[in-house]
Amino acid sequence: MEFDPILLARIQFAFTVSFHVIFPSFTIGLAAYIATLEVLWIATGHERYHRIARFFTKIFAVSFAMGVVSGIVLSYQFGTNWSRFAHVGGNVIGPLIGYEVLTAFFLEATFLGIMLFGWNRVPRGLHVFACVMVAAGTSLSAFWILAANSWMQTPAGYELIDGIAHPTDWLTVIFNPSFPYRFAHMVTACYLTTAFVVLAVGARYVYAGRYPEDGRTMMRMAIGLIAILAPVQAFIGDSHGLNTLEHQPAKIAAIEAHWGSSEDIGGSVPLVLFAIPNEETETNDYQIEIPYLGSLILTHSLDGKIKGLKEFAREDRPPVAIPFFAFRIMVGLGLLMIAVGWLGAFLLWRRRLFETDWYLAPLQHIWPIGFVTILAGWFVTEVGRQPYVIYGVLRTEDAISPVAGWALATSLALFVLVYAVVFSGGIYYINRLIAKGPEGAALDPPEGVPNRPLASAHKATRAAINAREE
Amino acid sequence: MAITVGMEWYLPVIWSLLLAVAIAMYVVLDGFDLGMGILFPFAANDRERDQMMNSVAPFWDGNETWLVLGGGGLLVAFPLAYSIVMPALYLPVIFMLLALVFRGVAFEFRHVADTSRYLWSISFAGGSTLAAFFQGVLLGGFVQGIKVENNAFAGGPLDWATPFALVCGVAVVAGYALIGSVWLVMKTEGAAAERARARAKVLLPAVLVFMAIVSLWTPIAFPRIAERWFTTPNLFYLAPVPLITLALAYGVWRWLEKGYEHLPFFGVIGLFLLGYLGIGISIFPYLIPPTLTVWETAAAPASQIFMLIGTVFLLPIILGYIVFVYWLFRGKVREGEGYH
Repeated sequence: MEFDPILLARIQFAFTVSFHVIFPSFTIGLAAYIATLEVLWIATGHERYHRIARFFTKIFAVSFAMGVVSGIVLSYQFGTNWSRFAHVGGNVIGPLIGYEVLTAFFLEATFLGIMLFGWNRVPRGLHVFACVMVAAGTSLSAFWILAANSWMQTPAGYELIDGIAHPTDWLTVIFNPSFPYRFAHMVTACYLTTAFVVLAVGARYVYAGRYPEDGRTMMRMAIGLIAILAPVQAFIGDSHGLNTLEHQPAKIAAIEAHWGSSEDIGGSVPLVLFAIPNEETETNDYQIEIPYLGSLILTHSLDGKIKGLKEFAREDRPPVAIPFFAFRIMVGLGLLMIAVGWLGAFLLWRRRLFETDWYLAPLQHIWPIGFVTILAGWFVTEVGRQPYVIYGVLRTEDAISPVAGWALATSLALFVLVYAVVFSGGIYYINRLIAKGPEGAALDPPEGVPNRPLASAHKATRAAINAREE
Repeated sequence: MAITVGMEWYLPVIWSLLLAVAIAMYVVLDGFDLGMGILFPFAANDRERDQMMNSVAPFWDGNETWLVLGGGGLLVAFPLAYSIVMPALYLPVIFMLLALVFRGVAFEFRHVADTSRYLWSISFAGGSTLAAFFQGVLLGGFVQGIKVENNAFAGGPLDWATPFALVCGVAVVAGYALIGSVWLVMKTEGAAAERARARAKVLLPAVLVFMAIVSLWTPIAFPRIAERWFTTPNLFYLAPVPLITLALAYGVWRWLEKGYEHLPFFGVIGLFLLGYLGIGISIFPYLIPPTLTVWETAAAPASQIFMLIGTVFLLPIILGYIVFVYWLFRGKVREGEGYH
């Protein structure tokens, strides 16, 4: 049996990176949340903040472990699967990864020990400091990895000597044209992702009448953040889009499934709401469009022109369907986030948030929204960069390692198997921790005190609890 | 090789030393926590297993970061070597990484699980053992040499699978088990510590036998290594390495007998470093033995300098807070400690 090494290597990278990206996106936000709770605890003295922080620390530990192990895999895959990329881009990418290890990984991994095991051992202030260091480490890690990724999207500050990239200006390498947008977009996405998990957990407790005090605090904090950050994210995303139009026009054309030039279709570009892009005929089937809106969004003017896919040579075009659909999923979920955040803020303002069942009931299940949105966005930007691995410099097909197809097929099969076992286990255990609730996280877990039974979910009971704790 | 003693000569030498330090840190630090995992199945009961795991729980994550620095450092300073070694040792690298996945998550899952707890104990022990084995295979595969044509790996996916590499794999498992056992001598109390001490006394001779086998095998199988060690005057300069190793091994044995708690651990670290030095002497200046030297695979000077500046400032800070955390969690493992 013949294996196509490029396809296998691409599937393997997409698979492992998709699994990996989930955990850091969650832990970047969660570390910041735990640090915030700890600081609030010190500042206000409210035991509630401490309890919630301890509770989420357990979830953090499980997610962080999964992020670490899947990340180590990725750090070696540049060499195992994409060795030609490592050689061509190594002079530039290497130090960015190196700085990530030195400034971020050691910081978070070392202080994690104090964060998880120092509760009873170190002074309060030092523990809070460790939590802040872990949060700083996770964010610094995002900084460097996005600098590397952005450089692959919009390379700058380098020259090619014998086909090998040599850095000429490190500040330009790091702060390459798409970096600020990508970094802001990703970090905001991480915070939103975590906020939605916190919101769903809080809603679950409030709805069931368990740990209502903690659940309300979680919900209040999450809704406050989402109501502000979700619209900000839409604005950042829009700016990022403009930047992409400037530097990666073929990606935008694929996202919009926009085939012809603006002139072909009368001066302005419509917004394609839905279509099945057809790469054979170079048109869209079943297209639903809104005239002028494409121009307005992309160029901020009604008759703005953008390049169509047909203006790029066939071998320079990214695949169309994946960026097109993934983008629509990302934007759709982003709009849903804004709606949820504002509705929640409205209900909070009217003091009806914790009684509104039609809002609380579905909210318990909203936790995956951030993860799905991030994955969709990741597919837009990474598939949209094709057929290049370093945009305009190195094609994906030229970046591959000299490894036999069967070896790649074997490793891919093992990755799928191992990740399926390990990560479904992780999600199961996180869910169990959530089901157990924050009380189990108390400093001295009271023996023999059962959690409040689910029966107390009964509306009257909950109203009574709420009234008492209001 | 032209003799141009300038920046382009020094930088790769500095970087190969830094890389060697990073890998040595990894071998010592993750060595003892992997070794603890290798010893996991031999613990008397689940309580002892908890104790063992808690002895490394605050550190393992930081320890494993040195592995990322080792791989990352190779990419930073010697991207060509990185792009040749990784495909050449493709399967053992992947197997090692997957073993580390199983083992890493077991730290957290084992505490959260109840009925499936034993499965994560198995996954922890199996993952630790396999990761150690494949690290040894990687070492062997690297020492025995890599086939290179036109600056790229030109061999097959199973080139590494020689009896030599497999013996190196078993040797590393034994070595890590030894350092794991003397770590437990230091960090546990009572019956657990006594069992660890007894185990160390079995493992120490085994490790010495493996060191002897590898030390004899390499010069016999690889003439370039024989030439390095057994020509004058090298012979006289290098003879202290095996002699000090033997003396130190005797010391560790006596310290174990006399009931010392800390000295055996530091003694075994010394043994590791001596073995490591021996390999370094056999290999340097080749980064892809026997074809490419550190100079031929080095990154652009601008990249090496950029990274060196950061390393000079950051490495002492990193070492500082690592020492701080080890100091903070010094002493015997306390029962029931942690966030669980």
